[in-house]
Amino acid sequence: MAQAAIELVNVNKWFGDFHVLKDISLTVGTGEKVVICGPSGSGKSTVVRCINRLEEHQNGTINLDGVELTNDPKSIASIQGEVGMVFQQFNLFPHLSVLDNLMLGPMKARGLSRSAAEEKARFYLERVRIPDQADKKPAQLSGGQQQRVAIARSLCMEPKVLLFDEPTSALDPEMISEVLDVMVELAHEGMTMVVVTHEMGFAHKVADKMIFMDEGEIVEHGTPEQFFASPKTERCRTFLSQILKH
Amino acid sequence: MTKIVLSLSLVALLAGCSSSGTWGWYVIDPTTKSGWINITFLVSGMWNTILISVIAAAISIVVGLIVALPGQSSKRGWRIVNRVYVELVRSIPLLPMLFWVFYGLPIIFKSMGMNVPIDPFWGAIITLAISDSAFTAEIYRSGIQSIARGQREAAQTVGLNYFQTMRYVIMPQAIRRILPPLANQFIYIVKMSAFASVIGMQELTRRANELVVTEYRPLEIYSLLIVEYLILVLIISAGVRWLERRMGSDERQ
Ligand SMILES: Nc1ncnc2c1ncn2[C@@H]1O[C@H](COP(=O)(O)OP(=O)(O)OP(=O)(O)O)[C@@H](O)[C@H]1O
Ligand SMILES: [Mg+2]
Repeated sequence: MAQAAIELVNVNKWFGDFHVLKDISLTVGTGEKVVICGPSGSGKSTVVRCINRLEEHQNGTINLDGVELTNDPKSIASIQGEVGMVFQQFNLFPHLSVLDNLMLGPMKARGLSRSAAEEKARFYLERVRIPDQADKKPAQLSGGQQQRVAIARSLCMEPKVLLFDEPTSALDPEMISEVLDVMVELAHEGMTMVVVTHEMGFAHKVADKMIFMDEGEIVEHGTPEQFFASPKTERCRTFLSQILKH
Repeated sequence: MTKIVLSLSLVALLAGCSSSGTWGWYVIDPTTKSGWINITFLVSGMWNTILISVIAAAISIVVGLIVALPGQSSKRGWRIVNRVYVELVRSIPLLPMLFWVFYGLPIIFKSMGMNVPIDPFWGAIITLAISDSAFTAEIYRSGIQSIARGQREAAQTVGLNYFQTMRYVIMPQAIRRILPPLANQFIYIVKMSAFASVIGMQELTRRANELVVTEYRPLEIYSLLIVEYLILVLIISAGVRWLERRMGSDERQ
């Protein structure tokens, strides 16, 4: 079997006394799409944030492409920009134009020339279908456009893995599909993706694996077919019936 | 407000012209030769007041940033370094610190085998800069903290290191919250620079003191001294307000 893109083995994490992740084990193969869902506060964001080192786990191991995440500067440098992340609140840089938002990482972290970075930025803006907004400030765009810019910004780093933390939760309903469409395209092109979302339509369409978390544990995992048709646990059934209601 | 101040000083001025003898404006009467000489003597301290204030402020802006950055660290040890510096420096009154720097520091240097004489000029600048840097550091801290955590995280996920994140993402946004209070802090330095007079720095207050000793006219001379500081501070305040307006309008766009 090919080396896993992401591998978590018995990962535990505490915030002070609060045991937020309990023995999380999860493997994401290269090109695989994993969707994580679960009630609020169950630790979904924390799992994703541990994968790109925005949070540190306290025990267990996390491997990215076979390299273990540690405090070793070499390990940190090796994932620098390799794991892209799309945030719920977009987190675009408000003082920079859309184009500069996209060019910052490639130029400063990858050392690309301005023209090479700009070419790449325009290419990915085209991909997310907003090539004509390049010179605007983020605040001048709609929420859906901002999130697509954020996706393009991640893509400009050409990451091995792309993480999404509730990318459509802050969006008005009419803008959700324009973002999901871009994500579906990415999925079909073979990007390795871990997506925290409650958009079950999207999950159905692209997920190779569904994860249900509750109270810091992975309670259920399986293919979307099993997962939606016959959830094994009561907690998962309740959760699904709640989110599928609206 | 300015009208009241002006009319009050006019009343005081007229009272001084009467023969009551309370005021003796002749000491600084620009129409007489000796009065004019006294005025130029007093006002010529302005240059040193401005010079030590500007240099001290420049140093404080740099030191303040260097002190503020460890305060943002996720490592406890670094944060403690920041807290200790800020709390310590903030607690020391300016005058004792001035004495310590001017009379004490050279002894430390000497004991380390270095012959570093500290003249009134640099003694004043070092003291003002250190004292102010604690406040500057706090201004940086609140400016940096006002930028949402998501900005730093986004910068990290596009591969920027700590200094790149500060330089390209955090500081450009924080600067509009930092610059106005920083400029405001300059007023503090200008006023505190008066203490430099006690170690013999020839600035505004020292000049006034020296003239008082020879002319025995403290009321008039110190009145002029206050007006000199007032003018200086009002000019800086106008600058700060201009800066605040500019920064504010930037934010709205
Ligand atoms: N920095 C932190 N310090 C302390 N507790 C935290 C911190 N971040 C998260 N938590 C707590 O950890 C738990 C899990 O948080 P997390 O954000 O991972 O949940 P989530 O599943 O993403 O929830 P949501 O659906 O609301 O985003 C929550 O109870 C939260 O209050
Ligand atoms: Mg979350």
